[in-house]
Amino acid sequence: METTIIDTPTKTEGLPKLKINALESEAIYILREVAAQFEKPVLLFSGGKDSITLVRLAQKAFYPAKIPFPLMHIDTGHNFPETIEFRDRLVKELGLELIIRNVQDSIDEGKVVEESGKYASRNMLQTTTLLDAIEEFKFDACIGGARRDEEKARAKERIFSVRDDFGQWDEKNQRPELFDMLNGEIEMGQNVRVFPISNWTELDVWSYIEKEDIEIPSIYFAHKRNVFLRDGMIWSAEDEVVFRADDELVEERTVRFRTVGDMSCTAAVFSHADTIDKVVAEIRESKISERGARIDDKRSEAAMEKRKQQGYF
Amino acid sequence: MEVLKIATAGSVDDGKSTLIGRLLYDTKSLTDDKLEAIEKTSKKKGYDYLDFSLATDGLVAEREQGITIDVAHIYFSTASKSYIIADTPGHVEYTRNMVTGASTSQAAIILIDARKGVIEQTNRHFFINNLLRIKDVIVAINKMDLIDFSEEKYNSIKADFEELMSKRDYQDQKITFIPVSALKGDNVVNRSESMTWYKGQTLLEHLEELDRKDIFNVGTPRFPVQYVIRPKTEEFHDFRGFAGKVYGGELSVGDEVVVLPSMTRSKIKDIYFYDKKYKKATRRSSVTITLEDEVNVSRGDMLVKAGDLPTIDKQFTATISWMDSQKLTTGSKYVLQHGVNKVLAKVDRIHHKIQPDYSGIDAETDALGMNDIAQVSFKLNKPIFYDAFKNHRTNGSFILIDSHTNATAGVGFIN
Repeated sequence: METTIIDTPTKTEGLPKLKINALESEAIYILREVAAQFEKPVLLFSGGKDSITLVRLAQKAFYPAKIPFPLMHIDTGHNFPETIEFRDRLVKELGLELIIRNVQDSIDEGKVVEESGKYASRNMLQTTTLLDAIEEFKFDACIGGARRDEEKARAKERIFSVRDDFGQWDEKNQRPELFDMLNGEIEMGQNVRVFPISNWTELDVWSYIEKEDIEIPSIYFAHKRNVFLRDGMIWSAEDEVVFRADDELVEERTVRFRTVGDMSCTAAVFSHADTIDKVVAEIRESKISERGARIDDKRSEAAMEKRKQQGYF
Repeated sequence: MEVLKIATAGSVDDGKSTLIGRLLYDTKSLTDDKLEAIEKTSKKKGYDYLDFSLATDGLVAEREQGITIDVAHIYFSTASKSYIIADTPGHVEYTRNMVTGASTSQAAIILIDARKGVIEQTNRHFFINNLLRIKDVIVAINKMDLIDFSEEKYNSIKADFEELMSKRDYQDQKITFIPVSALKGDNVVNRSESMTWYKGQTLLEHLEELDRKDIFNVGTPRFPVQYVIRPKTEEFHDFRGFAGKVYGGELSVGDEVVVLPSMTRSKIKDIYFYDKKYKKATRRSSVTITLEDEVNVSRGDMLVKAGDLPTIDKQFTATISWMDSQKLTTGSKYVLQHGVNKVLAKVDRIHHKIQPDYSGIDAETDALGMNDIAQVSFKLNKPIFYDAFKNHRTNGSFILIDSHTNATAGVGFIN
């Protein structure tokens, strides 16, 4: 038995002394509320650092029992191969159930139309596939790794965020969330989006990954990659899904990815941070926000709010 | 690093967004791309200054109307602390959102426009922060640059506010006055050169020194059971763990506990956090507890220390802050969620409405509309295990859920 309480749960008379412990306990509390209040929850897993962190938190919340809900990946088909390989290994190691639904199927069924041109991305198309999967499995709660510090519309998001039959977010009429009390009462057909790490910042996530020694896909660390520059952003030239004009020159540079989304809308950053402590140090000093490398947010001032209204995460 | 959550109250006209923007800017918390976006939009709107509200008002409707409708959460940190600012709306029709933001905060900033002084809205902001028993309230008297940094005018506003303070219910609330100019940056992060008469701390200096110890909750541990963990694996064949968050005090291995409502006694056998066992669980830690004896415990039950029982009752009176467009009326029924426990509640009596501005009018009424505050008595179908809100923030509060719409219709603070 541990004799003294060193970190979590903390030793002081007040709140858990360290921010990361307080955030961890808050997230665990939220995950347990999901398991208790809903019949068919699912954890939306993208293979990115935030959803990987969620998996660790869920392990902690229910130990020594297994995580009582499956993971689901809405696969755009444009994922970094490193992410997919990582996802499959994680699921196997932890003995988790993984559901995969493909955006390609939604395209083949004619439900959505592939975008074309320079900025074509499957990011928007994910929403249809996600909503269909929610209906198919009758999920009543979808746990996601979105954080309020990412983007200003997300800063308005509740922890339990109700979506109607059409998956839509009614941002002007959100349920008040008071103290720790989470109201998960919904009607048939509605579902709740749950954000256990709402109050974490990007740096908190990285610090937690470091502290917990959580494995993450290799593309988060600095590596040599063939890239090209466009609009001041760095794009991977190694994958054909990223549109590249003939006059956009390819060069090999040392880069890493700060967010891992659909390849067609996720840009890299120049970096030599090849270990977790270097990544943490880099984030601490960074002058650019995390979503600064996401072209999907640059479409307009209200890009995220619009996507969320339609059912996007 | 510690974390401090602060609620801000004030309308756009008071310079609330500018103040938050100034805090972010002077602590170098705004990244280049966000700053660039603010510059771009400010220019597009024809402003000759940076409109920081563009960084905090995240919804299209908010930017169109130039007001804050819903709570936004803003994050920044200094070398010693991490801050979460709950940026709450100031308009009377969004009182419910102000209550929401304040409910999870440890400190609050109330903004006053120095040209206008204490206005009706100031009274309401103070009333709500006092009702929610926020321990530290900072009264930032803003736009000092527009009143020539006058000490005399500052003192006169301060005296007006102090008059309000004598009327407050929660007298131990600490109030600090700071003269600032958010636009020019005086006394926000950096000390003002124009107000050398002010000897106190800057806003950030004050925040950095705030003590987060919650004086109400220490010593009364409450453990509402969220979830029962039964792995049913070979290794943990007989394991029955009670998962929950500890509120109000510490629980230790060996503590004699009572399970509510069954009143069964047992002792704490183990305290787990993930795969490690601990001797103690502190406030706000999410742990899993096992008991020495096989007792029947399910979600909504509560473990408390023997000899330190809460009130167990089927009726009580509470201050209600109503948040729904559907009125609360005598005789109406709701789902009452107290922590993680749910019971059915019937409105027994609405005693009187409270004007949330210290105007002293307590109107008799038989219905509550959105943003009304009143004393209400309830009858429940099953007893709950509660403390008075003034003694226990978590175990003394509840929400009312409309069973037709599922909306969180109101919040209550038990007398």
